[in-house]
Amino acid sequence: MDVIIENLPAYVDGFLRTLFLSVVSGIIALIFGTLLAAARVSPIAALRGFSMTYVEIVRNTPLTIAFFFAAVVLPRLGVTFQQFEVAAIIALSAYTSAFIAEAVRSGVNSVPVGQAEAARSIGMKFSQVLSLIILPQALRTVIPPMINILIALVKNSSVAGAFYVLELFGYGRQLANANGDAVLWVLVGVAFFYLLITVPLGYVATLVERKVAISR
Amino acid sequence: MSSVLYDVPGPKARRVSLIGSIVGGVAIAGLLWWAITVLAQQGIFEAQRWAVFQIPDVWVLIGNGILATLSAAAVAAVIAFPLGLVLCLMRISDVAWIRIPTRIVLEFLRGMPVVLMMFFVLLVFATGSFTAVVAGLVLYNSAIFAEIIRAGIQSLPKGQREAGLAIGLTSFASRRSIELPQAIRRMLPSLVAQLVVLLKDTSLGYIVSYEELLRKVQIMADFLGPAYLFPVFFVAAAIYIAINFSVSRLAIWIEKRGSKKAAGGVAHVPVAGIPAK
Repeated sequence: MDVIIENLPAYVDGFLRTLFLSVVSGIIALIFGTLLAAARVSPIAALRGFSMTYVEIVRNTPLTIAFFFAAVVLPRLGVTFQQFEVAAIIALSAYTSAFIAEAVRSGVNSVPVGQAEAARSIGMKFSQVLSLIILPQALRTVIPPMINILIALVKNSSVAGAFYVLELFGYGRQLANANGDAVLWVLVGVAFFYLLITVPLGYVATLVERKVAISR
Repeated sequence: MSSVLYDVPGPKARRVSLIGSIVGGVAIAGLLWWAITVLAQQGIFEAQRWAVFQIPDVWVLIGNGILATLSAAAVAAVIAFPLGLVLCLMRISDVAWIRIPTRIVLEFLRGMPVVLMMFFVLLVFATGSFTAVVAGLVLYNSAIFAEIIRAGIQSLPKGQREAGLAIGLTSFASRRSIELPQAIRRMLPSLVAQLVVLLKDTSLGYIVSYEELLRKVQIMADFLGPAYLFPVFFVAAAIYIAINFSVSRLAIWIEKRGSKKAAGGVAHVPVAGIPAK
């Protein structure tokens, strides 16, 4: 136990950095993912094709590969980062947005056909149908799965610790190396800080699911 | 497919869409062109960089990497599924002192990063990296399997369990012979989809020094020199995507086949005016 208390500043620093990575990548992924989903259902074939290819490739790529690409391969290709956090955010948001896009798309599919037909029958354009009628309803139904994707994002940010970013897992590795005799407690401390984010978020997901569920 | 969102395009809309397609296509092509130019500037397309793939040893190394990846995934899946089944039964048990601790354990396992569990097993139990990878994958995925199967059981009509209990089955016997077979069948697409996640997560073994495909890539790049990093990485990524893509397709195929079966294969007997559900 002592090892956790002694290194509390490191834990808090790592915790804040994990939060930072998750929040920034989360926001980017939400925006980019929704755009991808909109492209996927749009009448323009090129956009549909691009969105589909992107989602299919990224969803089948391991996150470690994405990180390896951003943190190891990109610098060799001449794209260098002042801070590896940038590479981590690129990898995390590129990866997560594919899952967000799939969630939003399934939400769009869950909106009854009549809604879009009614909107079209009063003369709305595609962009209006999507932004005023379909997406607001779709986003509402996909909030719970979206929160689950964000929980996964928080957990996934741990991979950044292996690619030169000192977040929770990164500190955990460092502390474990420094305190060979108290590895168990070091890692229990790390686990505690992760659960501090993921378990409450999980409860929010369940609550929201009950609240916003539209009974159709 | 999504023709619901817009009308069958008339001549004007077709023109707009065509222009959009061309503009979008040009923009995407431009992006690709930019990427290719950057890569070409770094000399990625020089034939000599790709000549490494003529060396048999490179393929032996890649093959070993694939084998290590697949064997970790296979062992983990084979252990995680039955364990998930047991955890699911404990999670929905009628006995509170089994149900509640199981629930806490499941919340705990689902809330932690897989790589942390691998690292934990590696250091605390001082195992080899293979065991650590498999243990991390088993701990996490058995919890997920348990939740998937539980969702399947909860999606069954209530009458299934009631009927089982009414004919004198014990609670466990009803779960085992009536509910579980239906739940697993119903959830097969999700279970297979979770296998993709499991397969992808084997690459976390890279972090605990398990010599799977990605680690082999790095070893090769260290050995051959950084110039060969991109070609080898590119091939490894393509292999990963090809494997995962096939498993995803399998899940989709099962889903389609399942829904076809459910439409015709399962008896829908209306009971005295109550429409079959």
